[in-house]
Amino acid sequence: MDIHVVGPEATAEERDAVDRLLGSPESGWDGGVRDAARDGRASRGGRPAAVALRHLLLPAFHAVQDRVGWVSRGAMNYICQRLVVPPAEAWGVLTFYHLFATEPRARTVAHVCDDIACRVQGGETLCRDLDAAIGPPGGRSALAGGAWQRSPCLGQCERAPAVMVVAAGDPLVRTVVAPARSAAEVVAAMATPATRGLRESLAELRQVVPQAGQPTLQLLRRVGMVDPTSLDAYRASGGYQALARAIELGPAGIIAEVSAARLMGRGGAAFPTGTKWAAVAAEPALPHYVVCNADESEPGTFKDRVLMTGDPFAIVEAMTICGIATRSEKGFLYVRGEYPDAEHRIAGAVAQARAAGFLGANVAGSGHRFELEVRRGAGAYICGEETALFNSLEGKRGEPRSKPPFPSQVGVFGQPTVVNNVETLANVLDILTEGGAAWAQTGTLASTGTRLFCVSGHVTTPGLYELPFGRTLGELLALAGGVSSGRPLQALLLGGAAGMFVGPESLSLRLTFEDARAASLTLGSGVVMVFDDTADLPDVLGRIARFFEDESCGQCVPCRVGTVRQRELLDQVRAGSGTMTPERLHLLSELGQAMRDASICGLGQTASSAIESAVQRLQVFRTERAS
Amino acid sequence: MGGGTSSYREIEETDCVLLWGSNARDTHPIFFHHLLKGVRQGARLFTIDPRRTSSAQWADLWAGLDVGTDIALAHSMAREIIVSGLAHNEFIRHATTGFDAFKVSVLPWTLERGEAATGVPAGVIREMAHAFATARRAMICWTLGITEHHNAVDNVLALINLALLTGHVGRWGSGINPLRGQNNVQGGGDMGALPDRLPGFQHVENDEVRAKFDRVWGVRVPPAKGLHLTGMFEAMEHGTLKALYVIGENPAQSEADQHRSVDLLRSLDLLVVQDVMHTATVDLADVALPAAAGAFESDGTFTSSERRVQRVRRAKTPPGECRDDLAIIFDLARHMGVDWGAPDAERVWNELRTLSPVHAGMSYARLAAEGGLHPNALTMRVGGPGLHPTAPTTRVGGPGLQWPCYDESHPGETFLHGRLWERPVGGPRAPFSVVAHELPVEALDDEYPLRLTTGRRLEEYNTGVQTGGYASPVRRGETIDVSPEDAARLGLLEGQAVRVRSRRGAVVAPVHIDRALRPGLTFMTLHFPDEVATNHLTIDATDPKSGTAEFKAAAIRLEAVEG
Repeated sequence: MDIHVVGPEATAEERDAVDRLLGSPESGWDGGVRDAARDGRASRGGRPAAVALRHLLLPAFHAVQDRVGWVSRGAMNYICQRLVVPPAEAWGVLTFYHLFATEPRARTVAHVCDDIACRVQGGETLCRDLDAAIGPPGGRSALAGGAWQRSPCLGQCERAPAVMVVAAGDPLVRTVVAPARSAAEVVAAMATPATRGLRESLAELRQVVPQAGQPTLQLLRRVGMVDPTSLDAYRASGGYQALARAIELGPAGIIAEVSAARLMGRGGAAFPTGTKWAAVAAEPALPHYVVCNADESEPGTFKDRVLMTGDPFAIVEAMTICGIATRSEKGFLYVRGEYPDAEHRIAGAVAQARAAGFLGANVAGSGHRFELEVRRGAGAYICGEETALFNSLEGKRGEPRSKPPFPSQVGVFGQPTVVNNVETLANVLDILTEGGAAWAQTGTLASTGTRLFCVSGHVTTPGLYELPFGRTLGELLALAGGVSSGRPLQALLLGGAAGMFVGPESLSLRLTFEDARAASLTLGSGVVMVFDDTADLPDVLGRIARFFEDESCGQCVPCRVGTVRQRELLDQVRAGSGTMTPERLHLLSELGQAMRDASICGLGQTASSAIESAVQRLQVFRTERAS
Repeated sequence: MGGGTSSYREIEETDCVLLWGSNARDTHPIFFHHLLKGVRQGARLFTIDPRRTSSAQWADLWAGLDVGTDIALAHSMAREIIVSGLAHNEFIRHATTGFDAFKVSVLPWTLERGEAATGVPAGVIREMAHAFATARRAMICWTLGITEHHNAVDNVLALINLALLTGHVGRWGSGINPLRGQNNVQGGGDMGALPDRLPGFQHVENDEVRAKFDRVWGVRVPPAKGLHLTGMFEAMEHGTLKALYVIGENPAQSEADQHRSVDLLRSLDLLVVQDVMHTATVDLADVALPAAAGAFESDGTFTSSERRVQRVRRAKTPPGECRDDLAIIFDLARHMGVDWGAPDAERVWNELRTLSPVHAGMSYARLAAEGGLHPNALTMRVGGPGLHPTAPTTRVGGPGLQWPCYDESHPGETFLHGRLWERPVGGPRAPFSVVAHELPVEALDDEYPLRLTTGRRLEEYNTGVQTGGYASPVRRGETIDVSPEDAARLGLLEGQAVRVRSRRGAVVAPVHIDRALRPGLTFMTLHFPDEVATNHLTIDATDPKSGTAEFKAAAIRLEAVEG
C-alpha cells in the first residue's frame, strides 16, 4: 500500500525491539537500509503482505513498550513501515489500549488497582500514600525513579489491594504485588522488580484456592498440588489422558461427548459448548480457528488466572482437543496484559507441549495438526467480548462487530472460529475421561458440572472456590468463612461490574443458571463480592460507573454517551444530599434501557445493570417521593 | 478495432494483473479503484515500471526495469513461459498464427539475458512469468509507459504476444487493456479521429467501406489516409501543411521538443483553435472559437475505456459566446455551402449507427434505458478454467452499452475477442508478432548521463489546462526528481534550483529527492509548462506506426544554477 510515513524515526533500541519480533527488514522498502542496486530493481509488498502482517501490530507495540516503556512516534513509524500499516490507522490502534503509553514516561510503572474489590480493602489509602511518597499519578511526574498510575481491576481480588509493577527493559520484568500492604512495599518493588519476578508457587496457589487438595474438586484438582511448570508432573497426575481419548473418539465423537455433557459456556453467556463446536466443525470454509478467551477483565474475576497459573497444561490440552474436534489447526490464547504470571505459565506449557509432540504437525502421533499461539492484550475490558477480541488479534481496535455473522461462521481473520472461555475449556478434559453422560451427573439437569466462584471483598477466606451447581449462595459464603470480622452483611455483587447487587435475602439462591435466571440475576463470570455494613456502596457504584465510562469502546452512541451520563448522574447524587430524585431515577433507568436496547455488545447492554440493581433492590440512595 | 478488451468489472474478478508502464494509482484513480477491488478479492498485482510508484507500492511484486526495455522483459517472460511448459498450447493451435516464428524470436531471451537487458533480477522475471501464465484469469493493463516510446506499437505487440501465449484474452477476467487518459479518448477514436479510420474503426483505404460512406454522406471520401499529429508537424516543417484546425488540444505545450513545435505553429498561414479554455495554443491562433464544455454544456455521448457508450446531457447554457462543438461545425459547413439543418446530436448519432456496425444497435432510447446495474450482476461469476468461456448471461456494469452492439436486440459485449474461443474460430485468427528489443533513441553518454522519464501526478492533468485553475492541497509545482544517491553525488539538496539540460534545451526546476528512483533515473511531469517547459527537454523521436513521441526517454544532465 502506498503509506506515507513522516516525522520522527525510531531509535536504535526501538528498532532492535521490533526487529527481534519481526526479524531484520528485507530491504530499504520495509524500513531497512536502502541498497539502491537491489531496492531500485524490485520490491515486495502490496495488500497480501499488509494483510498477512497486520496481526503483528499489537505484538510490535508490546515489543517496543516492553523495552523502553512507551511507544514513541518514531517507533510507531518504524512499525508502520515494517508492517505496511498507515500511521493514522496504527495510531488509532495504539491509543485504543490503556496499557500502551504514547508519551515519554518512566521505565518502571506501578499499576495500582483502585477497582471495587481493592477499594474496599484499602486501595484508595494506598493511592493516597503513593501520592505522598512519589508524587501524583502519571508518567511524567518521576521519569527517573518510576511512576504509578491507577488501574482498573487487576484480577487479584482475593488478595487486594493489588499492584502490578512493570519495569521495561531487556528483559522486561513484570511483577504483581498483592496484597500491597503499604506504599513502601510498592516503592521497594519498583526499585528492585527483578528480584521479585513472577509468583504463584504451589504454596501461593494453595492460599488462592482454600479447597486445594480436596478430593471433590474437578477443575481445581491439580491447582496448588501439582507442579504447574512440569509436563511430566502434569502427565503423572492424569494429564493428556483426555487427549488420548479424544484421538480415539475423533472429531464427531468428541463433539458427541461434549454435547452429552450439556456443558454451558462459563464466560457469561452460557451457550451450549457442544452446539458451538459442532457448528464450527461443520463449516466448509477452511481454515478454522480456536480462540481461548483469557482476557479475564470483569472486575472481581480471577478464576481463569488461577487455572492458567495453577494448571496451564490443562488449558493447552483442552484447546488441542477443541482443535481436533472442530478441524482447526491453529489456536490463539488471548491473555490480558495484566496477567504476567498466567502468560508466563501458559507460554511455558505451550513450549513444553510442543517439544513433547503434543502440539505441532502431528499431535501425539495422531496425524492432526494443531499449533497454539499466546497473544497478550493491552488493557481493554472490551476485548473480552469475543468479536472485539478477534479484532484485537487481527491488529485492530478492539471494537465489537455486529452479529450475525456469528463467530462460528465468520470469526477471527474472517474464518469459522470457536471461541471459549478458559474455564469452559477446562471442563472438557473430565468430560472426555469420564464420558459426557457420566460427567453430567454432577450439578442439576440444566446446569451440569461444577462452577468456579471468585469470592472476594469482606469475607474471612477470600479465594477461588469450586462447587457443583445447585448449592446456595449462603453455603458458598459459609465455605469462605462468612463475613470477615463478623460484621453484618450489607450486599453481594454477583457476576462482576456487569452483574447485579443482591441483599442478604438472596443467600438462599441456588447457584445454577436456571435459578439465577428465574431471579432475574446472572452468575456471569462467577464473581461473588461481599460487602459488609461498612462498605461505601455509593462509592462502589461511582467506581463501576467510571469503569464503564473508561472501557466503552465508543463505537455505539448509546453506550459512549450513556456511560458518561450515568457516571455524571451518580456524581451529582453523591455530591449533593445523596438523594435520588424521581427525575434522576427515571433518567437512570432510561439510560439503562437505551444502552440495553441499542448497544451492539454486552458491555453497553450491561453497563447499567449493577447500578440499577443497587438502586432498585438495595435502595443505596435515599429516594424522594414524587410530590 | 482499438479498445480495451475487458470491462472494469472484470478487473475486480481477475486473479492476476500486470500493470505495465502505468501508475494508475495516480493517473487513473477511478480505474485503480476497480483494480483495488480485485486486489482486495485476492488478485495478485505486478507492476512493471522504472519507478517504484504509488501503484507499485500496492503490488505483490514491483519490477524496476530500465526505461525502454519492455520488449526485452516481455520476451524473457515469454521464453520462460514456453520452456516451463506453461504456454496455452491448445489456444495457440486453435486461435493464433505465427507462433513458431515468435518462439524462435524469443528463445534467445533467457532469464539471464533478460536481467542483463532490463536490470530486473532473473528471479523476479521468472516469478512474474509463472504467476501470469498459471493464473486462472489474468490481465495486462498499460498506459503511456508503453506507448510514449519510439517503438510504441512494438511494445504493445510484445504484450499482446504474452496474452496470446497464455490464452489470457477473450475470456471473462482475462484481457489486454490500454487505460485511457480522458473520459472520451476511446470515443474520439471510435468516431474516426484517427488518420486512417472512418467511424467504427473502418479503414479509409478500404474501397467497400469508403463507398458506403460516400453513399450516405453524398460526397467522395478521400481515398488515402491522413496525417497523425507528429506527421502534421513534419508536414508543417516541409511547408506542405499551411492551415490547422485544432479542437480541444494544446499542442503548443503538449508536444515534445517544444521550441520546435511553437515555431512551426507560428509559421502556419492559418491556425484555428476551438477550445473550452484559453490555452497557450489559443494565444497563437488566428481565429479562436470558444466552445461549450462537453461534460455539461452539450448533448451527445462519451465512450469510456471499457467501450461503454453513455449519454451526456446539457445541464447548463454555455457562458458568453461559447457554443456547442456541433453548432460550430454545422455553421462552418453552412459557410462552406452545405446546409445540414439545425444541429441535433441524436440525428448525427443515428447517422453514425447506419455507418458503424459496432454502434448500430445503440439508439438513444436504449442508451438511456438499458445497461443499468442488474441485481444478478453483483453476484455473477462467469468463465472457467476450460477452453470455452461461459458467456455472461446477464449484462453487467453501469448505464449505457458496450460496443460491439450490432442491432437493437444485441446486449453489447463485456469483453472482446470471445470469438477466439469459439469452435471453429469466429473470424480471423490472432497473429503473434515478431518484434525486436530496441533501446531508446537517445542513449546516455558522459555528456548527458542521466535518463529523464516523464509522467503525471494524481492532482494534475497533462499540461494543466484542465487542472491548473483549481487549487490543490498537494500541488507542489514542477520538480526534477532525482534518486537520493544522485542527489548526494551531485551535492543537491531538496528544493534547490538546478538547470536540467538535454540536447534540445534547458529548464530550471527545483530538486525533489525521491526514493522511488534509482541512481541514473530522473523524473519530471508536464503539468506546469508555463513555469517549467519540460517539453523543451523531451525528444520527438516518433514511432512511425503510432505517431507518438518518446516522451519517456531523454538524456539529460544537471547543472548548477549560479547566484
